[in-house]
Amino acid sequence: MILESFFFYLFAAIMLGSALMVIGSRNPVHSVLFLILAFFNAAGLFVLLGAEFLAMLLIVVYVGAVAVLFLFIVMMLDVNFVELRSGFLQYMPIGLVIGVVLLVELLVALGGWMLNPDIVAHVGEPIPDLAQLSNIEAIGALLYTKYVFYFLTAALILFVAMIGAIILTLHHRTDIKRQNVNRQVARTVENSIEIVDVESGKGI
Amino acid sequence: MGCGMERRDIGQMEIGLGHYLTVAAILFVIGMFGIFLNRKNVIVILMSVELILLAVNINFIAFSSHLGDLAGQIFGLLILTVAAAEAAIGLAILVAFYRNRGSIAVETINMMKG
Repeated sequence: MILESFFFYLFAAIMLGSALMVIGSRNPVHSVLFLILAFFNAAGLFVLLGAEFLAMLLIVVYVGAVAVLFLFIVMMLDVNFVELRSGFLQYMPIGLVIGVVLLVELLVALGGWMLNPDIVAHVGEPIPDLAQLSNIEAIGALLYTKYVFYFLTAALILFVAMIGAIILTLHHRTDIKRQNVNRQVARTVENSIEIVDVESGKGI
Repeated sequence: MGCGMERRDIGQMEIGLGHYLTVAAILFVIGMFGIFLNRKNVIVILMSVELILLAVNINFIAFSSHLGDLAGQIFGLLILTVAAAEAAIGLAILVAFYRNRGSIAVETINMMKG
């Protein structure tokens, strides 16, 4: 229990600290790197909660794909980020006021909140014993049976997002020559060679 | 920082649901604060949205673990999917916008203004 508490506070502190650095650092590349650190520590919290599969997924999906995508975009766009930071201090007071109010509200709501003791009787999908079924097996057994429509909807969302991202970033250049295979194949002798009778001593 | 479950076993300083919910609440507020703070930089705003979604995910997993209900982890998985799709689309729009305007400052996004 001591060890669990220690790791909880370690992961939580590093995650919140790096989240602060994400929004506060001067260089967006540093922001992305701190975002990766925050995701790693969130994965640690997930492991502490017993959700190993989601922890690994967080690392693979967020760190491996999303954060690297952010890094790629930040490096690809040639933007003057110093200019974008002007007005940083101007918005700080209103942001702080709203943030503190929201945090106090959330903590008050958390403090005055009780879990209904009957809720244990209404658990929809009880987590099976780890000795019999590992976390990933339990999730798979549920995701591919009862929640298969949600799973397919998620797949569809990803598919649409992929198509959308490709269409949005597809850039058709008109200033270069391209090979048109259809025109090449459709070309015949009749429409490509013209026989002209040239009188001697004259041009065409 | 307490919630119902924590008050019950207050004797042993155990990490309970309330701890995780508090961390998630703080992370959520940091994400909100980031949106206010970096009002001109769309990339950092998108990263703040990712932080907010992560906070929501932590809430789902904390409740799932606390109640012994696997459905929370399934929904965490779906949130992860939506977050990835949102990041991809957001960054694609950003690239398309940068190609048209040569800038990603939020104030310059006013082409539709009548």
